[in-house]
Amino acid sequence: MNIADYKGVWVFAEQRDGKLQKVALELIGKGKELADKLGTEVTALLLGSEADDIAKELAAYGADKVIYADSPLLKHYTTDGYAKVICDLVQARKPEAILVGATYIGRDLGPRVSARLSTGLTADCTGLDIDPETKHLQMTRPAFGGNLMATIECAANRPQMSTVRPGVFEKLQKDASRKGEIEKISADIKASDIRVKVDEVVKIAKDIMDIGEAQFIVSGGRGIGSKEGFAPLKELADLLGGTVAGSRAAVENGWVDKACQVGQTGQTVKPIVYIACGISGAIQHLAGMQDSDYIIAINKDEGAAIMKAADLAIVGDYKKVIPEMVAEIKALNN
Amino acid sequence: MKIIVCMKQVPDTNEVKIDPVKGTLIREGVPSIINPDDKNALEEALRIKEKFEDVNVTVLSMGPPQAENALREALAMGADEAIILSDRQFGGSDTWGTSLIIASAINKIGNYDIVLCGRQAIDGDTAQVGPEIAEHLGLPQITYVSELQIKGNEIVAKRAMEDGYYVIKTKMPVVLTAIKELNEPRYPSIKGIYNAFKERVITLWNINDIEIDKNRIGLKGSPTNVKKSFTPELKFKGEIITGTVEEASRKLAVKIKEKQVG
Repeated sequence: MNIADYKGVWVFAEQRDGKLQKVALELIGKGKELADKLGTEVTALLLGSEADDIAKELAAYGADKVIYADSPLLKHYTTDGYAKVICDLVQARKPEAILVGATYIGRDLGPRVSARLSTGLTADCTGLDIDPETKHLQMTRPAFGGNLMATIECAANRPQMSTVRPGVFEKLQKDASRKGEIEKISADIKASDIRVKVDEVVKIAKDIMDIGEAQFIVSGGRGIGSKEGFAPLKELADLLGGTVAGSRAAVENGWVDKACQVGQTGQTVKPIVYIACGISGAIQHLAGMQDSDYIIAINKDEGAAIMKAADLAIVGDYKKVIPEMVAEIKALNN
Repeated sequence: MKIIVCMKQVPDTNEVKIDPVKGTLIREGVPSIINPDDKNALEEALRIKEKFEDVNVTVLSMGPPQAENALREALAMGADEAIILSDRQFGGSDTWGTSLIIASAINKIGNYDIVLCGRQAIDGDTAQVGPEIAEHLGLPQITYVSELQIKGNEIVAKRAMEDGYYVIKTKMPVVLTAIKELNEPRYPSIKGIYNAFKERVITLWNINDIEIDKNRIGLKGSPTNVKKSFTPELKFKGEIITGTVEEASRKLAVKIKEKQVG
């Protein structure tokens, strides 16, 4: 393998049912920055069916180039279908790096592709940079449940592949005047290439706000003690126009939905205010919220790690503190 | 039917802490456990064994000799056979190298219908080894399996998504990765534990027992390398409010209002 033959940064633009996933735009934002450091372009790789509008959107969000592989067989994600189309394109065009969102789909696709291409893949990265001397991609990720960070390189193989945590990087501003080049290709794929059959796509309507978008988050942990215990948190969140979230302990106990989990194995959030109630502040949790603009901790234990990570901390029982806060905020509103 | 369950022994990361002064991992006294998702994979294999006749469940693990304990626990839960892949030359492999070693061992076992893995291991958190094994074996894969049915030689699986699930069908042989929602793993029986630790034999394979290109595994053969590792920096800046609940709550409320106005 002559690594000098490999040029350009690709990002996988994940769509589901014709809807572009937010992480794809974050990857373009980061991919553009990496491409600038490498003196190259960022290309969005879109697979789907009747997705021309998405291709335009990718260009508007900063993709220098969009490769859109179109086929009815690519309407829904399948490992076989997507891996074949992507690996064929990579072998023909030789990108030096590929970024994939670490979603439930991206984490299925990434390792399948990297195994086929005999190249390295770093999982769930939260930091990406280019070494100024070697030009190798520097992929930083948490390990040991967020207790340790590792910077990983793939020096001798190409493309350098990385799945990237959603919510970590910023997307660029949308600009419809951007002139990204859109290349639509008919995907080289047959029904017989796909060994699995997607029989049904079921969406579960969840009565929850996307915590990644929320400006105010009231989050509960083990200290809340029960599902019912979240009621005051919900009241405060509603009052602030925000949403309720939880730690892994809260999710594992079934008190909050998995989609609302903040932390290493959940989502990374950066709201204006993050209110942590009954959360001890394990590093796995802090990893998912430490970049919040303002952190408030409510905990019975003055020595809890969250108290030190917070901008303001109050030692006390959330059952008393939150209703008091709700009353005070209502009073201030009037 | 033959089912191979791939398992990893991991440190219980819930117990791993950081030394606040030295900034290093404290791993002393941290118990080793069967990786939780792998336990769900094993449980599912055992449930298939209970439901159908003539099912053999083989558990396979790569790791240092002490990983044998995880395999004995699997035997105590009801697995039929256990194989440990242990060799110094395996050490330092990244997911690509690891999956190649495991796939080679699976090829040697042969005649299997289902390979079951956990979605991810809690120490590495990559979720890569299962799909990479599937690619090395040239098999279809279904990851994030939350429900599983077997009808003849067909597999019907619920595959979890962030916002719902896909129902996916495929034919065996297949590689599946299990998530927590798939089942509730059983406890081993006392008799099972006694037998597993006193009577049962665990097969040990080293690098000479499997067919593999030695240049493609270990630290040197793996495509990725850890350049450096460090403990994450946190911004400690806290101020603790004292006073009565009323006073403190008022202070919080005022602060939130300030932020709301921006």
